[in-house]
Amino acid sequence: MFRNIFHLKSSVPIVALFIVLLILPPIIPRFYTYIIALMFVTGLLAMSLNMVVGHGGMFQFHHAAFYGVGAYTFALILTKTTLPMWVGFAAGPIAAAFVGLVIGWFCVRLSRLYFGMLQISLGSLIWAIVFRWYSLTSGDDGIHGIPMPSILSSLNSSYYFILMVLTICLVGMYLIFKSPFGTTLQAIRDNPQRCEAVGVNVRRHQLVAIVIATFFAGVAGVLFVMLEKSVFPDLLFWVLSLEIFIMCLLGGWFTFLGPMLGAAITMALRTFVGIYTEYWTLILGIILILLIFFLPEGVMGYITEKLKGPITSSIREE
Amino acid sequence: MLHVEAVKKSFDGFLAVNEADLVVEKGEIIAVIGPNGAGKTTLFNLITGQLKPDTGRVIFKDDDISGVPPYEICKKGISRSFQVVNIFSRLTVFENVQVAMLSHQKKTFKLFSPTKGQVVQETKDILDNVGLSDKANNISGSLSHGDQKVLEIAIALGNQPELLILDEPTAGMSPEETSATIDLIKRLTTDLGLTILFCEHDMELVFAIAHKIMVMRQGRSIIQAKPDQVRDNKEVQEAYLGDSA
Repeated sequence: MFRNIFHLKSSVPIVALFIVLLILPPIIPRFYTYIIALMFVTGLLAMSLNMVVGHGGMFQFHHAAFYGVGAYTFALILTKTTLPMWVGFAAGPIAAAFVGLVIGWFCVRLSRLYFGMLQISLGSLIWAIVFRWYSLTSGDDGIHGIPMPSILSSLNSSYYFILMVLTICLVGMYLIFKSPFGTTLQAIRDNPQRCEAVGVNVRRHQLVAIVIATFFAGVAGVLFVMLEKSVFPDLLFWVLSLEIFIMCLLGGWFTFLGPMLGAAITMALRTFVGIYTEYWTLILGIILILLIFFLPEGVMGYITEKLKGPITSSIREE
Repeated sequence: MLHVEAVKKSFDGFLAVNEADLVVEKGEIIAVIGPNGAGKTTLFNLITGQLKPDTGRVIFKDDDISGVPPYEICKKGISRSFQVVNIFSRLTVFENVQVAMLSHQKKTFKLFSPTKGQVVQETKDILDNVGLSDKANNISGSLSHGDQKVLEIAIALGNQPELLILDEPTAGMSPEETSATIDLIKRLTTDLGLTILFCEHDMELVFAIAHKIMVMRQGRSIIQAKPDQVRDNKEVQEAYLGDSA
């Protein structure tokens, strides 16, 4: 089933990049290993958001809430129970998907902007619970020094584990992207009304997409805990939701790997520009303005356009 | 096959469709005509579920389908094209039809098998039939208006309907494209045995292919009869043909 959708030509640079990522950790400073691992985690989160935003056309404005639910579920199981780690590892994404199901069930009943507004309010509600429920979550202190099995305790080993999980997730997401479900989802993005007219139950497909996307957001949350060994309420604050939204736009939300690239660019900027100025968001703002005017399809969209010819330039919506 | 019985629909007090009746029997080509704003598109939206009738009933093959959501109605065998081009503009021409076919075969929830291998032959057949196969891999948003209107029909065919509803299929087409579309519509009834309900402003087209014509005026259905009877009807001449003559 892979032969049909993985092309040799386009997979060469990806495989090359993968090999580079495999040999990097022992030869680069620890700090860079950490930053790259953080890019993996945030990239996965942005990719999961893009499933609903870029491919599904839904205004998922508070996606970080599900990231946080995944992270907190994992952290609480590790610190408050004696259950083995893999239970937490499975429970994080499942809890995120469950919350996604509940919130999504209400949201898909609303259209576009109202969908987004309800998302923000329900997501913020979860943030407020985490922030206020001091006895369980330690509020804004967060939970730190979460114990990990020795196999994951060093930075390099968690780097490799995160890379492995990321790869599995990306392959799974790509299969979904190229599956009948993925195609239908993109058709819903382009034209929900027409989809209904060809017999597609739009709400049900949107809800399934939200559940899948929030599941992957939960995976990203679990990976974050593995890397950072701590959780804090900022993980589900709306600012992070906005940041990953920008990553999708920056990378190219109609492409598959765009959000990954967007996450890498944003985080590299924050790290390296942050050394010189504390106003790095100013730089991000300027980049965003330039992006809207010159690269409306995002960086990845621009590259694909250059390689394959301008296939979408004439159909920019309104 | 399809019976529309005294349906009424008003928007904020404006009666768009006022007790309209329509009967479509299997194998027929029925045209709905009427001046702008007569309620033709609203009537179609009431039949295919985009709108719910305030009163009245829509019966399809002995089922009451008034107020049923569009995706359910589509599954019962009614499929439609739209007056304003209504396609999946970022997908290829092939994928546009493929989505309809996937939906028809209930495969839209398949998660891990590539779309590329699904319903390929069925989709190709439709594109061959409407004459879009050489543009199959173009992004549909980049097609000419005429081709997009043809794609509209192709998507509707993807559901393999029994009743095909076309809302102004030739609007904005060049004369050549129009005559090609007329041929296509005729072929669909003879080759595929489709029943077709359409509305159109092009009187030449209407009188060339319709078996029966239903005339609407200010939301009411005035008459449904054979083309020559419609042409001779006083009320119709006054309401419609008189204006354009």
